Amino acid sequence: MASTNTNRPVLDVRNLSIALPKGGDRPFAAEKVNFTVSPGEIVCLVGESGSGKSVIAQAVMGLLPKALPVVGGEIFLEGENIANASEDRLRELRCVRMSMIFQEPMTALNPVMTCGDQIDEVLRTHTRLDPQKRKDKIIGVFEQVSMPDPPRIYDSYPHQLSGGQRQRVMIAMALVLEPALLIADEPTTALDVTTQAQILELIKEIQRQEGMGVLFITHDFGVVCDIAHRVAVLRLGEMVEAGPTHDILSRPRHPYSRMLISSVPSMLPAERARHDGARMVLRTENLTKVYGGGGLFQKTHSVRAADDVNIVVRQGESLGIVGESGSGKSTVARCIARLIDPTAGRVRLGEDDVALLPQRLLRRHRRRIQIVFQDPYRSLNPRRTVGESIVEGPMNFGASRAEATKRARNLMETVRLDPDALDRYPHQFSGGQRQRICIARALAMEPEVLIADEAVSALDVSVQAQVLKLLDEIRERMNLAMLFITHDLRVAAQVCDEVAVMEKGKVVEYGPVADVFLRPKHTYTQALLAAAPGRDWEFGKFEAA
Amino acid sequence: MSIVLENEVDAAAARAAAVARPSIWIRLLRHPSVLIGGCIVLVMMLIGICAPLLGTIPPAQIDPTTRNKRPGVEITVRQDDGSTVQRTVLMGTDSLGRDIYSRVLYGARVSLIVGFSVAALSIAIGVLIGLLSGYIRWLDGIVMRIMDGLMAIPGILLAIGLVSLFRAGLATVIFAIVVPEIPRVVRLVRSVVLTIREEPYVEAAISVGTPLHKILWRHVMPNTVAPVIVQGTFICASAVLAEAALSFLGIGIPTDTPTWGNIMAEGRQFFRVYPHNIFFPAIFLTITVLAVNMLGDGLRDTLDPKMSKRV
Amino acid sequence: MLAFIARRLVATIPVLLFVAVFVFMLLRLTPGDPAAIIAGDNATADQVDAIRAKLGLDEPLLNQFMIWSGKVLSGDFGESFFFKKTVAELISQRIEPTLMLSLCTIVLAVSIAVPLGVWAAARQGGWVDRSVMGFSVMGFSVPTFVIGYLLIYVFAILLGLLPVQGYKRLSEGLDEFIVRMILPSITLSTVFIALVSRITRASVIETLGEDYIRTARAKGLPNRVVLLRHALRNAAVPIITVIGIGIAALIGGAIITESVYNIPGIGRLTVDAVLARDFPVIQIVIMLFSFVYVLINLVIDLAYSLLDPRIRY
Repeated sequence: MASTNTNRPVLDVRNLSIALPKGGDRPFAAEKVNFTVSPGEIVCLVGESGSGKSVIAQAVMGLLPKALPVVGGEIFLEGENIANASEDRLRELRCVRMSMIFQEPMTALNPVMTCGDQIDEVLRTHTRLDPQKRKDKIIGVFEQVSMPDPPRIYDSYPHQLSGGQRQRVMIAMALVLEPALLIADEPTTALDVTTQAQILELIKEIQRQEGMGVLFITHDFGVVCDIAHRVAVLRLGEMVEAGPTHDILSRPRHPYSRMLISSVPSMLPAERARHDGARMVLRTENLTKVYGGGGLFQKTHSVRAADDVNIVVRQGESLGIVGESGSGKSTVARCIARLIDPTAGRVRLGEDDVALLPQRLLRRHRRRIQIVFQDPYRSLNPRRTVGESIVEGPMNFGASRAEATKRARNLMETVRLDPDALDRYPHQFSGGQRQRICIARALAMEPEVLIADEAVSALDVSVQAQVLKLLDEIRERMNLAMLFITHDLRVAAQVCDEVAVMEKGKVVEYGPVADVFLRPKHTYTQALLAAAPGRDWEFGKFEAA
Repeated sequence: MSIVLENEVDAAAARAAAVARPSIWIRLLRHPSVLIGGCIVLVMMLIGICAPLLGTIPPAQIDPTTRNKRPGVEITVRQDDGSTVQRTVLMGTDSLGRDIYSRVLYGARVSLIVGFSVAALSIAIGVLIGLLSGYIRWLDGIVMRIMDGLMAIPGILLAIGLVSLFRAGLATVIFAIVVPEIPRVVRLVRSVVLTIREEPYVEAAISVGTPLHKILWRHVMPNTVAPVIVQGTFICASAVLAEAALSFLGIGIPTDTPTWGNIMAEGRQFFRVYPHNIFFPAIFLTITVLAVNMLGDGLRDTLDPKMSKRV
Repeated sequence: MLAFIARRLVATIPVLLFVAVFVFMLLRLTPGDPAAIIAGDNATADQVDAIRAKLGLDEPLLNQFMIWSGKVLSGDFGESFFFKKTVAELISQRIEPTLMLSLCTIVLAVSIAVPLGVWAAARQGGWVDRSVMGFSVMGFSVPTFVIGYLLIYVFAILLGLLPVQGYKRLSEGLDEFIVRMILPSITLSTVFIALVSRITRASVIETLGEDYIRTARAKGLPNRVVLLRHALRNAAVPIITVIGIGIAALIGGAIITESVYNIPGIGRLTVDAVLARDFPVIQIVIMLFSFVYVLINLVIDLAYSLLDPRIRY
């Protein structure tokens, strides 16, 4: 049984302070943090990157590196203060009374050991069961986490399983000795939305069955809405607000929580200005990209990453392409931008078809389609000033340095950055600012089509809201055609006029965003919408305090 | 400064990011390995350049009357005009009466010339081939097969084979040592190119219409500078050792031009009785190679700590 | 699995072909007339012609290559100019010492270098780590023959503990064999140990930073288990790679070590052959060493698939 004493909290953190090494942006990773987790409840720690939520989770398990020492406070696990416990004592407790699951199941599992063996290790270390009993216990816990075909999974290596299966293995490993506390550090962030829904459901189910306490770290308020009983909001290492989930979500008191929660885009499609009779800027016809397998002695199997895709983007309008990983949405974007070459089909830009043009003829069309990428930290050459990155494009097409610089300065203002910052290097800007610079770089080419390839996926939710607003403004002001690639349905609901849903390379549903979201026809679309966490909650609609 | 900041986390990150790092030269000089290694190499270079001014006699000068003298002994030298002069042989003389001290100091010249020119040549050629091979797919296949083939022949054997083709001499030795080092540089540069090629900022450059040669020059090549410099110092060290090995085996540079390697080679016969023949050049050789290796380690730690795993 | 092996085998063919062509061209690339070189400085024109005809040097290159390859594949390695024996004989006489030396060295080196590297990685930043790094830099900075002479001077001449030079076959007595192998093995393994311990340390350090190590700690496993079962197994791939590459350095070092210690192995044979411009021997020796090197790396490639299941499938 997980915990016998239902009155005492499983985890009681009091005034916990964790120091950062000198030269960081603040002295403490976490400062005087207080919270409890009781048996049978799920507590979420929510915050943006750098808020210290992960550090706190690792501190409970005693997994922090020496550079991040616990300098104050106590951590009571079932009444025992483990904040400064010996390494031996912590080892005894890990996986026995408290367990942790991590964000990336692929890298969190040892690639050279079978899944069964990795869980067996836990049993070998902490119990004296004989081999057959151990195997039975492992098969049992696999069944408990709804794993199909447990004996096969036992003998499989991590790379042979899907993301969802790997996470189930991790959960099984964490639960096999029935701990009282489960710490989950963003366990679903790296998973597809449908898989995420399954894992969240699993965690809820198991927690109900076993009655354990769960400390769930996340940045996603939708997840908080779906599973948390209580939630605590962290900002820069401090806990600004904590309480029952519904209270916090509907009546947040602290200005930071208010700002954060209202930044979450709504699932309800926004009212969009209509652009009747706008001309068609971009159209694909039967766009297909096939990756072939094969070679000497190898099995041939080809993958249709994009299969017969037909989409249209009109001037001044934004088309969203949504789908999970492997759906082909990024492939379509990259084919249109000719970063990869399509296998077949047409990409019409006005009168011209750029799909299969050879490189030297393609060059003059390049300026008409521009793309903003996902990772702001890798989208700018770290050795060149941002000014040089922005003027590179226009100068390729004959603009003089003076003209290009003038254009760059104007664009910096458009994206609300200081024009004098043009001679700084990328590392001197934050992630959100870098993404704005990338938008400026794209606009410097005066394109007809702007593609945003998961352009806000790597940004914190408050930063994301600002960048989305900016993109929407730019589209309206410059009358651009925008193609928005995203896996996040909320983003699509807020900034897209039309949306195409893709599954395994094919477009399964296509239409105005209100139609697709409110009256989905295809089963996959319905499944996607049903899986979105917190879909029924209206974030930002606060009740009077 | 009127930059609009999205939120406080972003502000904190921007603040941290805006702090300028100390310049690269200062960082380099602060690293003990770079400082020590660099100084020693500089000293050796100066010794080689200034050899005539450091109390040496012509290194090839044979004197049968002063054969096999031990270090520190005073000898009498008969001048051309009949007069005699007393001199202390700091490092002894060899079996032909040549002054080891002079030979060792002049030896620095050739050994270092070999080291530097091999490093420079193999880098220049390797970077060119690596850049092109990494970016042009059809070229890559052919080039890598050739590189694999070259790497299949152990370096010293390749050098021996190449030396056997031509007459012994400085150019031959340099050529024979450069060829086996090229594949390693090509591999390194190619792997950097393959990684950088996938970076979003390179894709961005493509989509704003930057032509291939500018992409290679502006975006790809600067990333190769740091690893190549580090690799270059290690090649220099290995080239100095290779020249010594070749000379030791008797197939290096002919002995009228002293190198640390051939001084030791000549001293083999009398090693048991007169170890000073080997001892002194060995010290200079070891210190120099050690210094170059230390320099390389320090450069690697400063220029790109992430590289430490590969090299 | 079999397909994997087949593919790797096929991939080595172009490499081996390259080596064969290179070696074949060695004689023919020399400036001057190969037949004249072989005949020597005092030969008459008739003698030179006779040699040219006998060796088939006036036929088209491709024919020569085919004939030569055919001979080599069937075991006819030609005759040494210098030693007046067949190359095959020479090699079979000299191969045992080199083999023994290499084996002793590899065993010695790996059993010292890998644990040393792991120890340094486990105590990163400590005095063990710094000493290991320091010794390894020294190890590949000092020329092999200098180490050889140093060891000889200290142990054989000054202390008189071990014989200066020479080699005794295993069949002539185990203790005689070992006594003469000690110094040469230590000499030859120094560079190897330096290289392998460095890469082991770097590889283990990198592995220790991976996520699954954090998971292993989160499971409450003791440090030793985390280090050996989780870190080392995953670090193994780069380590055995460098062992394979190190064998190339070993071959070069063997040539020098045999020279220093007067061991009658293939290394010494190579040096004598080069000095005498004995091309048949040079060619076959280079081919032999290269083939062995390629083969060893092939075995290592196959070992990868045993160590890392992702490579198998």
